[in-house]
Amino acid sequence: MTAWDYLLWVAFPYAATGVFVVGHLLRYRYDQFGWTSRSSQTYENRLLRWGSPMFHYGILMVIGGHVVGLFIPKPWLQFFGVTEHMYHLGATWLGSFAAVLTVAGLAILVYRRRLTKRVLLVTTVMDKVMYVFLASTITFGTTATVLYQIFGGGYDYRGSISPWIRSLYSLQPDPSLMSDVPFFFQLHVLTATTLFLLWPFTRLVHVFSAPLGYLVRPYVVYRSRDDPRGAGSRAPHRGWEKSERPLERSRK
Amino acid sequence: MRVMAQMSMIMNLDKCIGCHTCSVTCKQVWTNRTGVEYAWFNNVETRPGIGYPREYENQEKWKGGWVRNKRGRLQLKAGGRLKKLSQIFNNPNLPQIDDYYEPWTYDYDMLTTAPAGTQSPVARPKSLLTGQDMDIKWSGNWDDNLGGSQETAAQDPILATMSEHVKMEFEETFMFYLPRICEHCLNPACVAACPSGAMYKREEDGIVLVDEDGCRGWRMCVSACPYKKVYFNHKTGKAEKCTLCYPLIEQGKPTICSETCVGRLRYLGLMLYDADAVLAAASIENDQDLQGAQRACFLDPFDPEVIAAAKAEGMADDWIEAAQNSPIYKLISEYEIALPLHPEYRTMPMVWYIPPLSPVVDVVSNSGSDGEDARTLFAAIDKLRIPVEYLAGLFSAGDVVPVELSLRKLAAMRAYMRGIFLGNEPDERIPNAVGMTGETITAMYRLLAIAKYEDRYVIPKAHVETARELEELGCSLDTDGGPGMGGPGSAGHSGPYGNTVGMPLGATVDNYNTMTGRPSATAPTTPGRVNLLNWNGNGAPQGMFPPIADAGSPA
Repeated sequence: MTAWDYLLWVAFPYAATGVFVVGHLLRYRYDQFGWTSRSSQTYENRLLRWGSPMFHYGILMVIGGHVVGLFIPKPWLQFFGVTEHMYHLGATWLGSFAAVLTVAGLAILVYRRRLTKRVLLVTTVMDKVMYVFLASTITFGTTATVLYQIFGGGYDYRGSISPWIRSLYSLQPDPSLMSDVPFFFQLHVLTATTLFLLWPFTRLVHVFSAPLGYLVRPYVVYRSRDDPRGAGSRAPHRGWEKSERPLERSRK
Repeated sequence: MRVMAQMSMIMNLDKCIGCHTCSVTCKQVWTNRTGVEYAWFNNVETRPGIGYPREYENQEKWKGGWVRNKRGRLQLKAGGRLKKLSQIFNNPNLPQIDDYYEPWTYDYDMLTTAPAGTQSPVARPKSLLTGQDMDIKWSGNWDDNLGGSQETAAQDPILATMSEHVKMEFEETFMFYLPRICEHCLNPACVAACPSGAMYKREEDGIVLVDEDGCRGWRMCVSACPYKKVYFNHKTGKAEKCTLCYPLIEQGKPTICSETCVGRLRYLGLMLYDADAVLAAASIENDQDLQGAQRACFLDPFDPEVIAAAKAEGMADDWIEAAQNSPIYKLISEYEIALPLHPEYRTMPMVWYIPPLSPVVDVVSNSGSDGEDARTLFAAIDKLRIPVEYLAGLFSAGDVVPVELSLRKLAAMRAYMRGIFLGNEPDERIPNAVGMTGETITAMYRLLAIAKYEDRYVIPKAHVETARELEELGCSLDTDGGPGMGGPGSAGHSGPYGNTVGMPLGATVDNYNTMTGRPSATAPTTPGRVNLLNWNGNGAPQGMFPPIADAGSPA
């Protein structure tokens, strides 16, 4: 094992985790106002109507698949009667379905963001960086699956990548597990780790405010004037800027 | 019984001249910012017309408000909780910015920087979304005064539901203005639809607000509000709405739209209601009974039982007194001439309207008859189906009876008071014909026609806990010329209430009360001279007025 192995498969994931956790805590503490999905639905809906649900439902399934594949050890699944064959079938078919949804949805969303002028103009630099890493993570992941799982002989990532991740979180990191992993899986892991590193500084934070509480709370919410979250005096916040034309305005 | 107070508004539509002053002052105060250029917390619509945003009343299209489901329970029209959450990635009922209008500005620079030429320079419209040239095709009041309504009025959802086919011929038409703000409903659909729980109804005064920090931009409130009075700030990604100018209301002052209303047609005051009765009232089966069911939720502020229950809830005496003097209570419950806007949406709106008699009077006068004669007017109200049915479509889910009743009272007031001003004996038959007495009709006349400021706005101040009050006071040594003088409150930091002292100004009742009533510049900065710019009207600076002459009593 080289220093690179330690750097890529131990130091980098730990650093990304640290930034991910601390970044979220700080942003939640100091930037509640910026914590939003920043929807652009009012600008354009013809493409978004298809792209957004496809991508979001797809990526939720993908996340579910990753949790099962990476965090649940093989013997546990076998204990519940999930055989290797069943797992493989599920991962291939459900996974392919989810991948098609996600990739197609993302393609629509990126196309829309690039070619709808209104949407393009409200896209921040951070949005663009995020899109690059999100798209490359998904692309590398899909490429790896297609190359090694569907056309190749099948690669058992549950024998290498999964134990490596669990070794990280049991604080006994074992980078040797990752050194012989196929190239596209390595790329997928690295771009994903970078995405986690950037996560707290992007609009992706909206994932952590998924409003599940809505299912159980009463319909009408009352709050007292004296509620500390209520209106009171405080320093002027963002969102009160004077109305101006977008920067792009150059008159030529 | 759970007694709650609701700050409510009533607008007397007969007096609205459609000048849009309310809209403009509201915009200057609240929405002159990037991202909400298209948002009009207050807008004035010409009726018949399609409103703003276009066709907002067509709930088959927008799915706003509540519906009663088969089991007799209330449900958001757009669907239950699970369905709402499943649509969170793309709200199918969300209006697009083009359903409002694309905000724009003009290329004003061109007027001063264009090189000399043969043609006058023009300021072209530029989109605030893309920065490019654009054609202006629609705006907040595009069909103002029925402009272009031969093209658009057919889309008015109220006209579409009326039994007779109404032709929008210019010579046969009627029109009136409908100013609209957020309804601050008792059963707000926007609050119920907010997945994050960031929208809430204030316990103290019932004002519906958005917690801008808690809002995550899921946009469900925008589509759930049947009045389309929640706007999506497309820059910040958060919802914004009419706040009923709560910083002013807390100080006992009217909202900016009321204060600046040229026609003096707005009334503000408290309404006590039984919060436990609201859900049952909103779930009543027949749409046309909703208006009556909502009236039944209101409580009589003079009833000793209600007063005792209100006190048990911790309501202060001055609030109960304000509820007793409330013009809203008088117009809704005593005179029964105000009606809610679209009760059929089942949100229990709390901005009510006095329907306009003017379409009826206009027709009568144009036909050469006496537009102020009680019998002629009563007959006209019965005969003129089109305006009355249209008003019923707005204010009572299509039931013409409450609208007729309200119009007959207005007609009676008009005729009765004219008799008095002509020096005739008061004709008691006129008020009796509408179930009123000469005395009540005179009182109603005073409230509606004379409309004194203090009668129109009966707003109790918010109660602030002592601790918070002290916190806002700042250092007691930080007064003009005091030993702690300095900091943000010292010279050069003048606020609207004179020099501010201590903490910087925020829009709260706390520091407003601290600022007012405190004389400033009592001691001239330069001996023998008075700086009038520093003087806030309180106290008498030395040397400004001649000494008071000794006229018997020493000063």
